[in-house]
Amino acid sequence: MPVTSIDTNVDDHSIVVISDFPATLERIWQLWSDARQLEKWWGPPTYPATVTDFELVPGGKVGYYMTSPEGKKFGGLWRIESVEAPRRLTFTDAFADADGTAAEGMPVGTCVVELTEHDGGTRMVTTTTYATAEDLEKVVAMGMEEGLTGAISQIDDLLAAEAA
Amino acid sequence: MTDAEEKRADALFHALADRTRRDILRRVLAGEHSVSALARSYDMSFAAVQKHVAVLERAGLVSKRRSGREALASGEVEAIRSVASLLDELEAVWRGRISRIDDLLADRP
Repeated sequence: MPVTSIDTNVDDHSIVVISDFPATLERIWQLWSDARQLEKWWGPPTYPATVTDFELVPGGKVGYYMTSPEGKKFGGLWRIESVEAPRRLTFTDAFADADGTAAEGMPVGTCVVELTEHDGGTRMVTTTTYATAEDLEKVVAMGMEEGLTGAISQIDDLLAAEAA
Repeated sequence: MTDAEEKRADALFHALADRTRRDILRRVLAGEHSVSALARSYDMSFAAVQKHVAVLERAGLVSKRRSGREALASGEVEAIRSVASLLDELEAVWRGRISRIDDLLADRP
């Protein structure tokens, strides 16, 4: 199991994920630095991510959208703060329109990715922080509306299958 | 689970066990609806739809407010979650990501 620990901090609205992978530092860095690789894991299979802009340099933008099973697009925008290949990446992640413009007044998460050699493999530590509990609540509520709607549809399908 | 939590879970599952109520919840999660507008969407009486909304309200899934003569219903999902459980949701997002990375590495180390 690659996830070593997950710490959620209620006080500063952050989540720290530590995972160990049996792969080189360069290989793990590629997951972040190659847009086609990033698309394969950033969004869940039901909401696949498509990267539209990819400027992994300080001050650069990474734009993406995730597509719902119904074909609805949810945009996101990273603003890159620092890049220290292949060890460290910091960026902010915001909600965006489908055309890649950051949405006004929506919560912005700050994400720090740190890669280090560990036991012959690579340890990845990601720390995501939101400014306030309200921001965190909004982020999850937006994702959750979709998740819950999906879950309700699954109940529908299940009951329909049982009735048949 | 405490007795209160059990009761809450009962109310939640009871509320979600009906197709019309799931449909109402889906609509009000997307945005506020008046009960009369909801009632027009179903082949049943206003009173019957009102009853469904009341069941959802008792389960804490829907909140209602009055605006003039209208009763407006909206989804109340955020209210029933604490910050701690919000973080659990984010944790699930990251677990998903890490497990997809793991699969990716297995395909092409």
